[in-house]
Amino acid sequence: MTLLLVVLVPFLGALIPPLVIRSGRNTCAAATGGATLLALALLLSHGPAVFSGEVPKAGVDWVPAMGLSLSVFADGLGFFFAAMILVIGLLVIVYARFYLSREDPMGRFFAYLLLFQGSMVGVVLSDNVVLLLVFWEMTSLTSFLLIGFWTKRADARQGARMALVITGGGGLALIAGLLLVAQAAGSYQLTDILARGEMVRASPLYLPALLLVLAGAFTKSAQFPFHFWLPHAMVAPTPVSAYLHSATMVKAGVFLLARLWPVLAGTEAWFLIVAPVGLATMLVGAAIALFRNDLKGLLAYSTVSHLGLMTMLLGLGTPMAAVAAVFHIINHATFKAALFMSAGIVDHEAGTRDIRRLGGLMVLMPVTGTLALLGAAAMAGVPLFNGFLSKEMMLEEAAHTSYLGLDQLFPVLATVAAVFSVAFSARFAIGTFLGPVRHDYPHHPHDPPPGMWLPVAVLVVPVIAIGLFPGPVAGPLVALTAAAVIGGPLPDYHLALWHGITPALVMSLLAFAGGAALMLAYGQADRVRARLPRLDARAMFEATAGTLVFTCRRLLGALHDGALSRYMGVTVATLVAVGGYGFWSATHGAGTRPLLPVNAPALTAFLALVLASGAVLLCHAERLTALILTGVVGVVVALAFLQFSAPDLALTQISVDVVTTILMLLALNLLPKATPREESRATRWRDSTVAGLAGLGVAGLAYAVMTRNGVSISDYYLAQSKPGGGGTNVVNVILVDFRGYDTFAEIIVLGIAALAIYALLNPALKGAAVRRIKAMLPRTESRDVHPLLLVVATRVLLPLSLTVGAYIFLRGHNEPGGGFIAGLVVAIALIMQYIASGYAWAAERMKVDAQSMIGAGVAVAGLTGIAAFAFGRPFLTSTFGYLRWPVVGTFELASALAFDLGVFLTVVGVMLLSLAQLSRVARRIDPSPESREPMDVPLERGASGAAGREG
Amino acid sequence: MELLVAAAIGILTTAGTYLMLRAYTFPVILGLTFLSYAVNVFLFAMGRLAIDRPPVISPDAPGYTDPLPQALVLTAIVISFGMTALIVALALRGYLETGSDRSTLDAPRRTDAGGGA
Repeated sequence: MTLLLVVLVPFLGALIPPLVIRSGRNTCAAATGGATLLALALLLSHGPAVFSGEVPKAGVDWVPAMGLSLSVFADGLGFFFAAMILVIGLLVIVYARFYLSREDPMGRFFAYLLLFQGSMVGVVLSDNVVLLLVFWEMTSLTSFLLIGFWTKRADARQGARMALVITGGGGLALIAGLLLVAQAAGSYQLTDILARGEMVRASPLYLPALLLVLAGAFTKSAQFPFHFWLPHAMVAPTPVSAYLHSATMVKAGVFLLARLWPVLAGTEAWFLIVAPVGLATMLVGAAIALFRNDLKGLLAYSTVSHLGLMTMLLGLGTPMAAVAAVFHIINHATFKAALFMSAGIVDHEAGTRDIRRLGGLMVLMPVTGTLALLGAAAMAGVPLFNGFLSKEMMLEEAAHTSYLGLDQLFPVLATVAAVFSVAFSARFAIGTFLGPVRHDYPHHPHDPPPGMWLPVAVLVVPVIAIGLFPGPVAGPLVALTAAAVIGGPLPDYHLALWHGITPALVMSLLAFAGGAALMLAYGQADRVRARLPRLDARAMFEATAGTLVFTCRRLLGALHDGALSRYMGVTVATLVAVGGYGFWSATHGAGTRPLLPVNAPALTAFLALVLASGAVLLCHAERLTALILTGVVGVVVALAFLQFSAPDLALTQISVDVVTTILMLLALNLLPKATPREESRATRWRDSTVAGLAGLGVAGLAYAVMTRNGVSISDYYLAQSKPGGGGTNVVNVILVDFRGYDTFAEIIVLGIAALAIYALLNPALKGAAVRRIKAMLPRTESRDVHPLLLVVATRVLLPLSLTVGAYIFLRGHNEPGGGFIAGLVVAIALIMQYIASGYAWAAERMKVDAQSMIGAGVAVAGLTGIAAFAFGRPFLTSTFGYLRWPVVGTFELASALAFDLGVFLTVVGVMLLSLAQLSRVARRIDPSPESREPMDVPLERGASGAAGREG
Repeated sequence: MELLVAAAIGILTTAGTYLMLRAYTFPVILGLTFLSYAVNVFLFAMGRLAIDRPPVISPDAPGYTDPLPQALVLTAIVISFGMTALIVALALRGYLETGSDRSTLDAPRRTDAGGGA
C-alpha cells in the first residue's frame, strides 16, 4: 500500500503550499519539499525489493467490472523513473525557492508543481492503462498551468496553450491507442499486457494501436514534426523548464516507448517509423539549437535533439540499443537539468539569457561557471563525462544500422547530429562563460546563494562519477532498468570508457573535429542559415488554430442562428424519418390482444378532445380562447385516466390542470393577448405535415403496443405492495417506497424549478422591463376586485379543503390519494385565498413562506431516507407498523408516510411559490397603493381603517 | 377503445408539435402542454388499457391493471407542471426584457430587413 501512497502523497501535499504560504516562503518550500521527500522515502523503501528482482504492487479496485483499478507497480523502469522524478523534483523545489521573486505567488506555484509531480509519478507507476491515461492527461493539464504561470504575459499564455493543444491532442490519440492495445491483449493491466506482447503484435489492431500510441508519445516528447511546442514552452519559469522540459514531462513519451517496448517493438513497422523519426528529431533539434541566441531556447532544442536520440535508440528495436537508450535517459536527466538551472542562474544574475550579450561570466561567477562547463562537456559528449558513454553506445548502434538497404543513412546522419551537438554545447559554454569580461550586462552578475547552485552541484556529481566509473556507479541501475524495458535477458554489454578503436570512436572524433570547425566558422554558418527559408511554427500554429476557430464559428453561426422553431422542426422530422425507416424495414402482423368495446361516454369525450384540439390549432392566435380550450383537453385526459383504472392519475391531472391554467392566466395578464399571424401558408403547411406525421407515428406505435400483450415487472409490485410496503394503493407504494429514490429526485427537481422561477421573476426588474410594465399601468381591472361572493365562499371552503387534503394524504397509502394529490388540493385551496382576497391580505396571514416549505419538504423526505441508515438498511428503506387509536381503530403507520409528507410539503411550496411570483411581477412596479383588505366591502363599519377611508 | 386512445394520442401529438413549431412563446407553451398530455397518455397506455381494475389491493378485486406506468406518469404530470411553470416564467421575463415574445432570435434582423425594404 505504501507504493500507492507514493502517488497520492504529492497530490495531498499540493493542498499544503497555498495554506502555509502565509507563514513565509521558507515554510512553503519546506512543506513542498517535505511532501516530495516523504514520497521519495516511501518509494525507496521498496528499493531493496526492486533491486532483488521483485515487482512490488499495490492497488484497490475501482470499477472491477470494466477492468478499472487504482493499481500501481514498480518494476525497474517505473522505479527508476519515479525516483528520478522525485529526486530532481526535490532539487527543483530548493532551486525554485530562491529563483522565484517576492511578487510571484509561490504557494500556487508549489501546488501546481506537486500536482504535476504526482501526475508524473502516477504515469510511471500505473499498472492499469486507464489510470495511466488519466495521469497522462493530468500531466498535460498541470504543465499547462506551470508553463502559463506568469499569466500576465501573452507569450506565456500562448506557449501554454500551444503545449496543451499539442500534448493534449496527442493524449487523445494515446487514449485510443492504449485502449486498442488493451483490447488486443485482453487486459487493462500493464503487467498482463507486457507478458502478452506476442499476442498484441499478431493482432490486426496492432498497426492502428501503434500509430496512435506513437502519436501520443511523439507529441509529448516533442518529436519531429511536433517538436515546435517545446521551445515556446520555455516562457515558463526556469525551475519549470528544468523540471518538465528536461527531466520529466518530455521524457514521458520516451518512457511510454520504453514501457511498451516489449509489446510494440521488434516489428518492421516499429523500426521503420520510430527510428527515422528519432533520427530526424535528433538532427533537426541539434541544428536549430546551434543558432539559438536564447540560452533556454538553445537548451530546449538540445533537449529535443537528445529526446530524438533516445527515441531513435528505442526505435532500433534491438536489446543493445534499448540498454543504450536507458543509459542515456539517466545521463541526460542529470546534465540537462543542471544546465537549465545554470541558465536560470545566469538569467537571474546577469539579467539576460541572450548569448550575444553574455560572455566572460567565468570570472564573475566561478562556481556557476564551473558547474555549467562540466554539464556542457557532458552534453557535448567529452570523454570522462557521462554523456560521452551513452553517446558512444548510440553511435555504435547507429553504425550497424541499415535502413531500407541504405547502409550509410544512420551512421552519417548520426555523426552530423553529433557535430551539431558538439558545436551547440561549445557555443553555450564559450558564449556564456568564457571570453573576456564585459561591462554591459543588464545586472551585476555574481554567484547566487548556495540554495541556487547547490542543486546544480548535486546533479553534476553523477555526471562526473558515471563518466569516470560507469560500471560501479551506474551499472546496477542500468541493468535493472534495461531489464524492465527489454522484458527478457539482457544483452552482453559492459559500461566502460575504453572499448578500443571502434567505429563509434571514429565517429566521435569526427564529431569533435566537425564541431570545432563549425564553431570557428559560426559567423559564416549563421549567414548561410539566415538565407535559408524558415518556417515559423508559432505563426503556423496560431494561423491554423485561428482558421479552425473561425470556421467553427461560421458553421455554428449558420446552424445555431437562434431560429428555435427550425431546430425543433429538424429534430421532429429526423425522429419521424428514423422511426419511419424502422417501421418500413420490418415486417408486421396484427395484434392479438382482445380489444375493449367502445362506449358512448368514451366516444363523446373523444369527440370533445378532437374538437378542442382542432379549435386550438385553428385559433391559437387568440390566446385566451386557446388556453380555455386546452383546459377542455385536460379534462378529457383526466376522464380517460379515470375510465382506465387510474384514479390517482385522474386526481393528479385535474388538480395540476387547475393550477396550470391559473398560472397561464397570470402570465397572459402581462403577455400580449394575441399572436400575430405572420407565417406564410407554405410554412404552416410544412409544419402541419411534420406534426401530422409525428402524430401518426406516435398513434401507430401506441396502437401497436396496446393491441399486444407484454410481460410486465409489475407483478412483483402488486404482490409485495401489502406485505412489503404496507399499503394497498400500489401506485402510491411504488412512489414512496419501491421507487422512492426517483420520487426523492423528482421533488428536488420541482423545488429547483420553483427556485428558478423565483430567481427569474423576483429580483427588482430594471430598465426596459420596468418601462414596459409601466406602459401597461394603470391596468384596467374589474371594479369588483375582490368579489364578495368569492371571498366568502373560499373562506368557508378553506377548512373543508384542508380537511379533504389531510384525508387524501392519510389514506393515500391504501386508497387513491397521497402526498402529490393532497399537496395539489391544499395548494389550490390556498391559492384561492390569494385570488379572492388579494396577495397582500393573504400573504400576511400565511405563517410559513413557500421557500421554507420546499426546503422542509426535501429535508423531511431526505431525513426519512437517512433514518433507514440507523437501522443498518440502505437509503429510503421503509418500515411500517400498526397503531390502535381509540376512536379511529387500527391505524397503520408507515415510515413512508413521513416521506410522503416531504412530497406534500414540496408540492405545496412549489405551487405557491410559482403562482405567487407570477402574480407579483407587475405589482412590484405598480406605484398605486395595494389593498390590504380582504374584500371591497368594509367588514366592520366603524373600524378605524375603514372609517378613515370613508371619511 | 384502443383505437380511440391511440387516435387521441396522435391528435395530441400533432397539435403539440404544430404549436411548438410556432415562433411565439405562448403557442409554444401551449404546444408543450399538449405534448405533455400526449406523452403522459402514451406512457400510461404502455401498461395496456383495462376498465375497473384499479391497482388497489383488495381481496375481492377481479384483477389489477399495471401500476408501474401509473406511478411514472403521476410524477411526470407534476414534473411537467414544474417545467411549464419555468418556461412561462422564462417567456414572461424574456418578453419584459425584450418587448417581443418571439421565441426565435432572428426577429430583429428580419424586421430590420423588412423595414429597410
